[in-house]
Formats: sequence, structure tokens, C-alpha cells
Amino acid sequence: MSLTQKSATEQLALLQSGELTSVELTQAYLDRIQAVDSSVGAFLRIETESALAQAAGIDARRAAGQPVGKLAGLPVAIKDILCTKDTPTTCGSKMLENFVPPYNATVVEKLLAADAVILGRTNMDEFAMGSSTENSAYHPTKNPWDTTRIPGGSSGGAAACISADMAPLSVGTDTGGSIRQPAALCGCVGLKPTYGRVSRYGLIAFASSLDQIGPLARTVEDAALLLEVLAGHDPLDSTSVNAPAPAYSETVNQPLENLTLGVVDHHFGEGIDPEIVSAVQKAIEVYESLGATIKHIEMPHADYGVATYYIIAPCEASSNLARYDGVHYGYRADQAEVMAELAEDGSDEGPLVRMYRKTRSEGFGPEVQRRIMLGTYALSEGYYDAFYLKALKVRRLIRQDYDNAFAEVDMIIGPVTSNPAFAQGEKNSDPMAMYLEDLYTVTANLAGVAGISLPCGFTENGLPIGLQLQAAPFEEEKLLRAAQMFQTATDFHTRRPELS
Amino acid sequence: MSDAPYEIVIGLEAHVQLKTQTKLFCRCSTEFGNPPNTQTCPVCLGMPGSLPVMNKKAYFLGMKTALALNCGIPKFTKWDRKNYFYPDLPKGYQTSQFDLPMSEEGYLDIKSLKDEFEPRRVRIIRAHLEEDAGKSMHDEASGKADSRIDLNRTGTPLLEIVSYPDMRSAAEAKTYMQELRLLLTYLDVSDCNMQEGSLRCDANVNLHIPTENGTIATPIVEIKNMNSFRSVERGIAYEAKRQYDVWQETGKVLGELPKQTRGWDDSAQVTRSQREKEESADYRYFPCPDLVPVVVTDEQIEAVRSEIGELPATLRERLTSDFGLTSYTADVVVNQGRELVDYFLELAAASGDNKLAGNWVQGEVLRILNDQEITIDQFRISAGQLAELLQLITSGDLDSSKAKDVFAVMLDSGKSAAEVVQDLGIEKVDESALEDLCRLLVERNQRVVDDVKSGNQKAVGALIGQAKKENPNVNPGQVRQICLEIINNL
Amino acid sequence: MSLTRQDVEKVALLARLKFDDDQLDKMTSHMVQIIQYVDKLSELNTDDVEPMAHALDINNALAEDEPRPSLPREEALRNAPKRDDECFLVPAVLGE
Ligand SMILES: [Mg+2]
Ligand SMILES: [Zn+2]
Repeated sequence: MSLTQKSATEQLALLQSGELTSVELTQAYLDRIQAVDSSVGAFLRIETESALAQAAGIDARRAAGQPVGKLAGLPVAIKDILCTKDTPTTCGSKMLENFVPPYNATVVEKLLAADAVILGRTNMDEFAMGSSTENSAYHPTKNPWDTTRIPGGSSGGAAACISADMAPLSVGTDTGGSIRQPAALCGCVGLKPTYGRVSRYGLIAFASSLDQIGPLARTVEDAALLLEVLAGHDPLDSTSVNAPAPAYSETVNQPLENLTLGVVDHHFGEGIDPEIVSAVQKAIEVYESLGATIKHIEMPHADYGVATYYIIAPCEASSNLARYDGVHYGYRADQAEVMAELAEDGSDEGPLVRMYRKTRSEGFGPEVQRRIMLGTYALSEGYYDAFYLKALKVRRLIRQDYDNAFAEVDMIIGPVTSNPAFAQGEKNSDPMAMYLEDLYTVTANLAGVAGISLPCGFTENGLPIGLQLQAAPFEEEKLLRAAQMFQTATDFHTRRPELS
Repeated sequence: MSDAPYEIVIGLEAHVQLKTQTKLFCRCSTEFGNPPNTQTCPVCLGMPGSLPVMNKKAYFLGMKTALALNCGIPKFTKWDRKNYFYPDLPKGYQTSQFDLPMSEEGYLDIKSLKDEFEPRRVRIIRAHLEEDAGKSMHDEASGKADSRIDLNRTGTPLLEIVSYPDMRSAAEAKTYMQELRLLLTYLDVSDCNMQEGSLRCDANVNLHIPTENGTIATPIVEIKNMNSFRSVERGIAYEAKRQYDVWQETGKVLGELPKQTRGWDDSAQVTRSQREKEESADYRYFPCPDLVPVVVTDEQIEAVRSEIGELPATLRERLTSDFGLTSYTADVVVNQGRELVDYFLELAAASGDNKLAGNWVQGEVLRILNDQEITIDQFRISAGQLAELLQLITSGDLDSSKAKDVFAVMLDSGKSAAEVVQDLGIEKVDESALEDLCRLLVERNQRVVDDVKSGNQKAVGALIGQAKKENPNVNPGQVRQICLEIINNL
Repeated sequence: MSLTRQDVEKVALLARLKFDDDQLDKMTSHMVQIIQYVDKLSELNTDDVEPMAHALDINNALAEDEPRPSLPREEALRNAPKRDDECFLVPAVLGE
């Protein structure tokens, strides 16, 4: 097994024992990226120099017996949505092509404090809006298992770089499934923490009440290790919960006794690929063989999740993205062109208003514009009650479904997606088809609960299939332990795509 | 009161900058007057990824003010986004409060010192917390130049206090703002510096005009940008007249025209229409997902209430009932601010004569403050020092005209009343010497004696004049009293 | 719920976006399609349901009023598309 195929937990042990240096490890990943990323496109930028410098510094401190952080020397890839001081942070958008934040996101601070080596910035759908990473303003990312297919999104780069062994750990964000869905389609582990578990400070907002940062990794143990560093209260984020984050990596290998798993029959209804149904059902049998009790439960409002989500998320987005107006940072339309345009169409719009409109129409891609339009419409006079307020009420019903479920079962088990990775371009012209990709994942964001995706099988074509476990708020520890039980009993996570 | 053929109906929206050290959602300084864009951070620049955290002090200053305005404090309050594009609003929305403000339903009583209107209770709809915008600076001369944006003020905490349309004249509106400012300074919740914009207001104005077919109302106009008491008064007066003229010309009444926004141009003394927006305002308010609600307990509310201290209305009451001041004097003293009230209270206690203290504060002290354009804390004579002077008056050692001379010297020299009396050689005349002098004068002036005996007490005045010639330090009242006694005993 | 091309044009102005004719047609048809889908929420009776704006019930996240350093002005202005030594510059807002 090559170095880059080892798990982060194994690599960390080698670094700690002195058998491996961070420079060697970092260089191995840089070489791997060099070799395969041209066919995957997981990264927007590789931080070769600073990564190696950071690695050398950590090696030196470790060699000198100085204290080092929890992830000391492990490379980590970061989704290009997390602000990093003095480093371009584009959010996959032309709008922020030249944006250099003057501050670090809290999770970036935490990673630096843990002595993680920042390897580079991963590709994403523009402003995290999308399920295929085809909406990046820079280039699409491809699925390492079949490069004619999409890797999922919006954290497509974050998932693809893990599955192609270009990074041992990566950080993504999940607003409606953006960690779990690409993790499922790329065959890796992705965890969306409870809302409020990880600070959002410095995470460029898509939908503030839904966004959450989480780990992607090859194994459950690795995800536990990374989550342990990311989680915790942050006084800079009012929605961050003031509760200590447990040491997940220390408990992840303890199997759960008397585990009760809930199955929602509705999850296996029409529209879902039979290969996925069978893989998930086999996974349920694995849990039964490990002593878990399976209960059939109802989630009567789960079917309304996508509709609810596609009101709330665009509403919040329309407001969150109002700041991109070409005044204080980011892209601005050419002033001479603005004036020429005004003169040409004889509009009585002022130059300022036209500057805003031209800037935003040129700086945002079509999907972002679509969601801004939807959200603006749903919040506007006369429509607020029918759309936004209605959606907030259904959101409560969805949350109540979860509360009722978690009164009966420890976790909910089911699919992540209804289909394996689809072909590039397949759903581009049909936004509604793309939105339905989020059927099984959006409800966790709406309710704020935790969810994890882990590999549970492959299609006949060799495409990965994901298994989703969802747990009550702040039950990440149990979620990870349950996921690790499955991974200990199976070997899906050890398979690798063939990339030359 | 007014001869105008209409009634003006006025509601005010006051914006008060709260006296915090830092902004509402970030910890940048709120200090006024620094170079542009030196008080910003990722949060108040609206940088991608930044998040707001509510300033605790701003919330509690807001609550204190609301309680002083007799408002109720709901246990649950939350923040909303008001969405609109403007270059001094870097997030593209203002974080404000929409349907669940931090306080509601209060009132402020106003009355006129000059009897311009009947005392009135102005009801308050709500007072809510929101963030200020930045500043756009325009180069008026070269109309086409870019505007410059300074974000130092962006995010400064504002309390917006919205009144019912309860005022009926420009003078009432001005007095409301003055009384509000006074209240805010007593509470010490705001600098209330109108020139620096820490107290501003917009007015909603329309007219009720009696006609043969009943009373009609003119369309409501919101006047913006009034940043002095005088502009409030003049802006509203101008607008009332303008609306009347327009109504006479067009006959348009409320409901036939959309609400209009006009800006007060202080230099031209007119209101001007602010160009109609490209679309009717649609702010798309919704709950701010980045801020969490605030929930307060009765104990917290009562703790804040207990910090309020005596307010202008109660003080005026106390100064008239407990100190015997006329209501006019009480108004004058209280309206000058808490420091002068404290000065008065100290003076009254130390001098032992409430009424005399009131007269002196309203008279001599205020005259000096006005002449020298200073505040009471810059006034040279402390309350204790002035009390010593007043005691010399009450004891009869000084008459009030002499006391004023002493006061003037005290002011120049900083010396105590006793020292000045000594310096000027106006020490009290010994009692027996005074009696001797009076006896001598009575003997010398038989005519005065006769006049007094025949019932003309005033005739004794001639003796006072002579006594003063003999010894300028004599107290005229005492001379009069002693002389009368001698004559009556003859 | 019907949504016309004119409605979409109005929303575009509110959102400070601008579309040419083709884009406007496409946007209208996409929005109509999505709005028809989300209309399935009207099947549910939500009369007695409390709206849920936040994922979690947290209250009172309040910070002490203690100043922290602001950014140096150069840092604050560094990303500005147009600026002078002190300020952000925008096309004149006067006359609005
Ligand atoms: Mg306001
Ligand atoms: Zn700030």
C-alpha cells in the first residue's frame, strides 16, 4: 500500500513515531496531485510552497521535542469557501476571483492551531449552490471512479480529492447535502455535524440557518479525528452552541450496544435505483448481524423536504449574496460599459443601479442567479406568507418528525442519494431534476440534526453507493461509533478508483 | 391656537445613537470624527463569511431608554434583515427589528414653557434596536464625480423610537425632540449630539382640513434629514404650508398618492422631493439567521428599571412641591440638565433656603452660563461656595445687591464669599454701632419722625439713605427696622 | 400561482440583476417550474404550526462592549474595485 493510500490515522501514528516526516507525506500528496488532478480537477489551487514550509516547521518542532497540535503534519484540503487570511478565497465564483480575505475562518484557525498542513483549496459549485460541481466558475470536477461522471456537489472537489488519494483529510460544507452526497458518489466518508457544532465564522454564507462545516475522509476514524479539531464553541458565531466537543477519535472504536436503527420505508419508494436499495438493505442486515434492532418508523413530512429547502435556502441566499455589489470587494462591471449601456437603452436607471445590476449579472453564474431570483421573489411583498412563512412552518413539522423518530430509535438508516453518480451535463438544463438529488439529505439540514455518509457498496458499473446514518442533535459521537461498527465489518472503504 | 385652516398631524421617528464603546455587531470603536475607514473590520465591512454578535450593552441601554419612555419590554425579541442596496450599507441589508421589537407602547409627556400649546401626552409605538449605515460623501460641485464611502459609522447601535401621529404643530414636534433629548441625557444613554448625528429624526406629516364635505386628509409625506431642533420646527411648518398649497391646487387626498419622501434642505429652508425609487420599496424583511433571539426575565427588567434614576418629569414635580420653586423655575432648571439640578439641590441643602437657591440658580448662575456659553461643570463657583454667600443674605449680613457684587468678585477671583466681603470692606456693622447711628439719625430728622408718627412709614427711607452715606456697609433692612422701632418708642 | 415575464423583470430589479430577452424567458420558465413544485407545501395544513427560523433554540448570544482593534485602513480597502487613499468609490449616489 502506498503512503497516500494509508488512512490519516495510520499516517499520524507514523509521524508521531518518527517513521515519517510531514515533508515526506506532504510531498507524496503533492506528487499524487501532480499525477492525477489533471484528470479529476479537484483543486482550484495547490499551496505547494506554503504547505512544504508548514510541514518543515512542524517536523522541526516535533524533532526538537516541542509540543505539536492534534493533526501535526497531516495534510488537509480546504473547500474554497472558507476565508483564509491573505490567500485568495473564491467560493467557486467569478465574483470573488480576486478576493483576498483579511481574516481567517475559525476552522482555519483551528486547523492551523492543530498543525494541519494546508494542502490547497478544493473546487465547488459556485457559492455552494449545486449538486455536481459543474457550477464552478473555473472548471468542473470529475468523479475519480468514472471521469465522465460528476463527483456530486457542492463539495465535489473535497470528496474527489479524498477518493483519488490526493489528500487524507478535507473540509467541506453541507447546506442541503453538500458533504454527504459527494461523499456517497465518490465513495468516501462525509459528516454533516449538528447545526451549531462547528463555527460558521469565515464560512462564506449560502443559507445561514442550514450551512454547516464538516469533515470528509476515507475512514470513519479519520473523520472523527478531523471533526474533533473542527468542533467547539466560537464566541464569534452567535449560532455556535456553547457545549464542549467530545474527543471523538478516542471513542470511535467503541461499538454501541443495544443500538436501535430506524428505517423509513418511504425512502425506498419510486425513483430510487434498485442497486442502491439493495446495497442499503444489505447494510441494514450487517447492522442486524452486529446486534442492532431495526424499527420501521414514519417521517410523514420527509417528502416535503426538497420543496421546503428550495424556499428557505434561496430566501436566505438572496439576502446573503446582496453584499456582492461591486462596491467593497469582488468583481465590478466596467464603468465605461455601464455608462455606454445606459446611454444605449435610454433607461432612467441611475449609473449606480445599473452598475449593481451589470456587476451581479456578470459576476454570478446562472444557478446562483436563479436562486437569488427565487429567494427575492419568495420574500417579496404578497408572497412572503405563501412561500417563506409556509416553508418555516413545514420546517417545524420536519423537525418534529425527527424528534418523534429519535424518541424511538438511536439513529435513522437509509440511502444518501437515489442514484449513483450521473453523467456530466445530464441534469444541467433541468434545475428541478438537479434539486431532487437532495431528497434524502436536505431534511437533516432543515432539522439541524447530524448525518454521515459512508461507502456501503458499488453498482455493477463500479460506482460507489453511500449509506446515510442520521442522529439526534449533538449525537455525533454515537453517529461515528455506529458508522465505525459498519466499517469494521465491511471493506467498501478500502477500494480505490483506478486513475492513472 | 393656530389661525391656519387646517390641523397638522405629525408622527416622529427618532434615531438615537446609543452610548457604547463598540458597534452593535462587532467590536470596532464607535468614536466619532476619526479618519475615514479606520474603524472597520470584516463584520462591519460586510466581508464574506463574517458574522454578527450582539452588543450586550447596546441591548440594555435600549431597554433602559424604553423603560424610561414607559414602554413595555417583551420577554422575547429578535432581529430581522431589511434588504436594500446602497453603497453605505455593505451587507446589502440593515439588521433591524421588524415584527417583534424589544419594546412597545410607551409615551412621553410634553409641555410648552412659553404656552405655545396645551400639555400633551405623545404615545410611542415602539423603540427598537438597529444598526446605523455608513456615510456617502458627494462632490456636489462636479456632479458626475464618484461618491466616496466611509464605513466608520456602519454598525453603530441606534435606537429607533417611533411615535404615534399625536403631535399637532411644529412647536410640539420640536418640544418632543427637546424633551426626548433631555430624557436621553438624564439617562446617560446617548451623547445626543445632533451635529454629529447621534440624535436625528424623520417626521411623517399630513394635514386634516375641514371642508364643507367633512374633514379630508392630505397624503402623508416623510421628511428626512432634520438634524437640529430648529430644522424640525421649520421643516414641518414649511411642509404643512406646502401641502396646503398643493391640496388647494390639486385636491389630492390621502390614498390618491403614494407616501412621498422629501428631504429638508436647511440652507434653502425648503423640503425637496427625493427622486422616486426605481421600484416601490420592498424590503423583504425576514428573521436574521445569524443572530439568535434575546429572552429576558422580569428580574433583569426590574434591575434595569432600578438604574434609571429620577427623570425630568419627576424632578420638575419635586422641585415645585418639595422646594417651592415656581413651575417655570423648575422647568428652567431641569431643562438645563441633571448637572444643574444637582447643583441646585446641593445649593439648597447647604444654604438652607430652597427658594433663594432657586432664584439664584435661575437668575445669576444661568445668566453667567449663558453669557459665557459654559456648562455648570465649568462654572467657577461651587454649590458649597455659593451657599456661603446665600447664608450671608439670609443672616442679614449682606443685602442682595451687595451679594451680587460679591458674587461678581467671587467669579473673577475664585475667592470665598467671606474673603471677598473682607477684601471689599463690607463687613457687617456691629449691632450696637448701628443702633447708635440710627438714634443719631432720628434725632437729626424730626420731620421724618413726624411723618412716620402720622402714619407714613415710607418716610423712614430718607434715614436709610443717610445711614448708607455714613457707613456704606449698613444693611438697609436693618436700618429701616431699627429706626422704626426707635421712632415708635419715642 | 402564476408568474409572468413582467413579474420576473420586477424581481430582477429588486435583486439587482439584469437579463436579456432570452435569459428572461429561460428564467421565467425555470422559476415557474420550481414554483409549481414547491407549491406542494400548500397541501399541508400548518395553521397551528409555529414557524422555525433557526435550526436550534439558542438565545442570548451577547458580547461585552469591549473594543478590539479594527483593521488597518489599507487592509479594509485592499479588495475595493475602486478607491482612493481613504474611501471606497462608487458612481455618484447623489440625485437619487
Ligand atoms: Mg429604521
Ligand atoms: Zn467592525
